Amino acid sequence: MEEKDLVIIGGGPAGLCAAISARKKGIDVLIIDENLRPGGQLFKQIHRFFGSKEHMAGVRGFVIGEKLLKEVKELGVEVWLNSIAYGIFKDKVIGVIKDGKNILVKAKSIIISTGATENPLSFPNWTLPGVMGAGACQTMINIHRVLPGKKVLMIGSGNVGLIVSYQLLQAGAEVVGVVEIMPKIGGYLVHAAKIKRFGVPIYLSTTILEGVGKEEIEGAIICPVDENFKPIIKKKKYIEVDLICIAVGLTPLNELLYQAGCLFTYKGYLGGMVALHNENMETTVENIFVAGDCSGIEEASTAMEEGKLAGISVAEKIRGKKWEDEKDQIRKRLDDFRIGTFGEKRKLSKEEIVREYYERVKTW
Amino acid sequence: MKNKKIICRCKEITEEEIIEVIKKGIRDIDGIKRALGAGMGLCQGKTCTNLIIRIINRETGIPIEKIRQQTSRAPVRPIQIKIISD
Repeated sequence: MEEKDLVIIGGGPAGLCAAISARKKGIDVLIIDENLRPGGQLFKQIHRFFGSKEHMAGVRGFVIGEKLLKEVKELGVEVWLNSIAYGIFKDKVIGVIKDGKNILVKAKSIIISTGATENPLSFPNWTLPGVMGAGACQTMINIHRVLPGKKVLMIGSGNVGLIVSYQLLQAGAEVVGVVEIMPKIGGYLVHAAKIKRFGVPIYLSTTILEGVGKEEIEGAIICPVDENFKPIIKKKKYIEVDLICIAVGLTPLNELLYQAGCLFTYKGYLGGMVALHNENMETTVENIFVAGDCSGIEEASTAMEEGKLAGISVAEKIRGKKWEDEKDQIRKRLDDFRIGTFGEKRKLSKEEIVREYYERVKTW
Repeated sequence: MKNKKIICRCKEITEEEIIEVIKKGIRDIDGIKRALGAGMGLCQGKTCTNLIIRIINRETGIPIEKIRQQTSRAPVRPIQIKIISD
């Protein structure tokens, strides 16, 4: 069995930042990632990021990814790619499949930064070829340079739906419309404006009734809804499309946290069930930390800050030192980022998580 | 399968089948799994769990946060058992 001070599961923005922060404080770090290259979703983010200068706003996601990979390499962080952390067992032993072999790794500390999965939406024929998650579509066009459809209907007008619609236009597809069940656009207006300038209609208070096709998607039936979200059937309409993209949110990928025995709470604004953690990102299981989307769906910018916080906190425990000032600065940057309609709600949910952590830890 | 809404795509379980077992009194994800096998395919419920939770919520009125999640066990990814049995 291999023994490590810190094992980070998931080398996306949170995991990479955690690794860099911990390594800089003298901790030996191993990152385990199931992909062929680390960086998580950063490399498909070809748009500029939001926030202030400290949040690397104005920089495109993949550039941030390249910067983080360079730093990880220079610091000598060990990275296992194409490696699956398939389970967490007693005494922080992690089961990993690497190069087709089963390896058990015993860790003093673990940071779980496994990200999220896309939410599905079910309607008749959603299992036909030609229906896919918007995130998957973004990976295809921006990473693999494959256009999965020529005439696209986007379901959901959150930031993912809007950004991927725009990137589909850039990739040469026609976006025939964006469907949104709510009476207003879900994402930032700046992203909505970009696709509106291309003449893409955004159908508000509208839902998809079914996909149409025999072997694959040939069209979709969309329909306006009333104030109770009930379809007004007589107003339904057929649109010819060969790709339906689903952008209806994400769910934290938290199975490993369950297996580790962490306590959970439900936070709708953060995408569902999330592990309780304290202000250092430590879960209710000592020396198991969490960071990024798997601790609540937010943005790459917040994932990176949470990663740094977790990385420094691990270093504090292992080395018996304190870096409170540095951590306070990170917490301030997190607070500064959690603003606006969605940011505020996420901020409150995150504060509840910390509060519930202390309530539950006390009653143990 | 015309116009039927598949919920668990790995095991091809439809919404009708799930509603039927909810009517018989099943109220959580593990129960649906035992009754129908939904969530026991290749993706191990990564796709259908949220859909099933919403169906239970809609059919019974139980708040989403009160609906018990499925128990998570290793392996969290489809892997060959022969690799870990060595």
